[in-house]
Amino acid sequence: MREKLFETPSQTAGPYVHIGTAPQSIGRPALSGQPGPVIESDTGAAITLEGVVHDGAGAPVRDAMLEIWQADGDGRVGPHGLFARAVADFGSGLYRFQTVKPGPHAKGHAPHIALLIFARGINIHLHTRVYFPEDADRIAADPDFARLSPEARDTLIAKRTEGETYRFDIHLQGPNETVFFDI
Amino acid sequence: MTAPDFYRRDRSAHPPAYAPGYKSSVLRAPFRPLHSLEQTSLERSGPALGHAPVGPLDHDLIRNAAVDGDALGERIYLFGQVLDENAKPVPNALIEVWQANAAGRYAHVKDGYLAPLDPNFSGCGRCVSDAEGRYLFRTIKPGPYPWPNNGSDWRPAHIHLSIFGEAFTQRLVTQLYFEGDPLIPLCPIVNTIPDATVIDRLVARLDMRNQEPFDCLAYRFDIVLRGQRQTHFETRPEGA
Ligand SMILES: [Fe+3]
Repeated sequence: MREKLFETPSQTAGPYVHIGTAPQSIGRPALSGQPGPVIESDTGAAITLEGVVHDGAGAPVRDAMLEIWQADGDGRVGPHGLFARAVADFGSGLYRFQTVKPGPHAKGHAPHIALLIFARGINIHLHTRVYFPEDADRIAADPDFARLSPEARDTLIAKRTEGETYRFDIHLQGPNETVFFDI
Repeated sequence: MTAPDFYRRDRSAHPPAYAPGYKSSVLRAPFRPLHSLEQTSLERSGPALGHAPVGPLDHDLIRNAAVDGDALGERIYLFGQVLDENAKPVPNALIEVWQANAAGRYAHVKDGYLAPLDPNFSGCGRCVSDAEGRYLFRTIKPGPYPWPNNGSDWRPAHIHLSIFGEAFTQRLVTQLYFEGDPLIPLCPIVNTIPDATVIDRLVARLDMRNQEPFDCLAYRFDIVLRGQRQTHFETRPEGA
C-alpha cells in the first residue's frame, strides 16, 4: 500500500490578500516580476476580460482576487501558457484583465480561460472557465459541456460588450450561480 | 508525451464552502455541487512563477520594508519543505506571504484596528523553494487581532500563504497558525475545518534546533501540494 501525504488544507485568502499578492493595489510597489492584470503576447487577438463577482445577495465582492491561466493564441500551454492576476476595484468591484484570446489547447475542446476566485468568505478558491460567444459551435461539441443544462452553460460564456471587450460576471450563489469545477 | 493526472482533491480534507460559523461564507458559498471534469494539459501545467528571480530581501520581512530599523516584534524564522502528496519535494514553488504586524495590525487601507502600524514593516514577502523543496522566511510573529463575526471574535496569530507548484491544479492559498496558541480552537475561520486532525496540518511547530541563537526563534511548517498519479508501481526504500 502506498503511503500518501495529505494536501495542506485551504483557508480563506481574507480581505487583506492585496498585501501579499497585489501590493500595487494598496499603494505599495509591486515586487519585481509579480504578476499583474496585463498579459503581453503577440500570439493572438488582444482582448479585455472584465466583470464583477457577485455574492448571494447580488452585492459586488470588492475584496476578490482573481487569477487566469490559459493557452496562448496558438493554443500552446506549458511554458507558453499565459497567467495574470487582478483584484476587484474597491469601489465598483470590477476586475479587468488584458490578454489575448486563447487558441484551443486540446482536441475537441472549445478555447477557454481557466479562472480562479479568492476572497474573504471563500474557504477554498473557486475554479471556473471563461468561454467565448463566437465559439458556439465548438462549445456545442465540447464533451465538457455534455452534462450541463443550457442555463448552466450560459454562466460560462462571456458576453462581448464592445470591440474586443468581453464581460464575464460571476455569481457565487443563487439562481444565476456560475458553474464551478472540481478538476 | 502526456503527463499523468493529479490526484483528485480530497474535499473532506478542506473546509466546505458553506461554514455558517464564519459569517462571510454564508453569502459567498455556491449552493450547487462542484462539476467534476477531467484534467487537460492546461491544468496539468502552470505558470513558472517560481523560476523567475526574487529580490534578495523578499523573504526577509524584518528588513524588506525597513525605513530606519528592523520591524518590531518576536523575531522568527519560518521554514519548511514543499512536498507533493507522493512526498516528492517540489522545487521552484513560489510562496507569497502576508501578515499583520506584531500588534495585530495590517498595513492595508481597509484595516481599521486601533493597534499601531509599524513603519518598518509591510507584512509582504515571498520566496522560492530550492532543489529539495525547502523554503525560508525571516519575519516577526504576527499578533492576534479582533474582527467582527460573532461580536468581537479574535484571530489566532497567523500568516497567510499563497503557493504555486508546477501545475495549476496545485494552486493553494491558506493560513498557518503557531503551536500552542490558545486562540486556535476558538477561531471561526480555523473551525471552518470540522476535523481537528485536519486543522493540525495548519499548525507550525516550534523548532529550537533551528533557532538563530540570541536572535531568532524558528517555526517549521511543511506544505503539501497535490501529487501526480504514479504510472508504475514504486517500492519504498528499506527503512524509509
Ligand atoms: Fe489575517
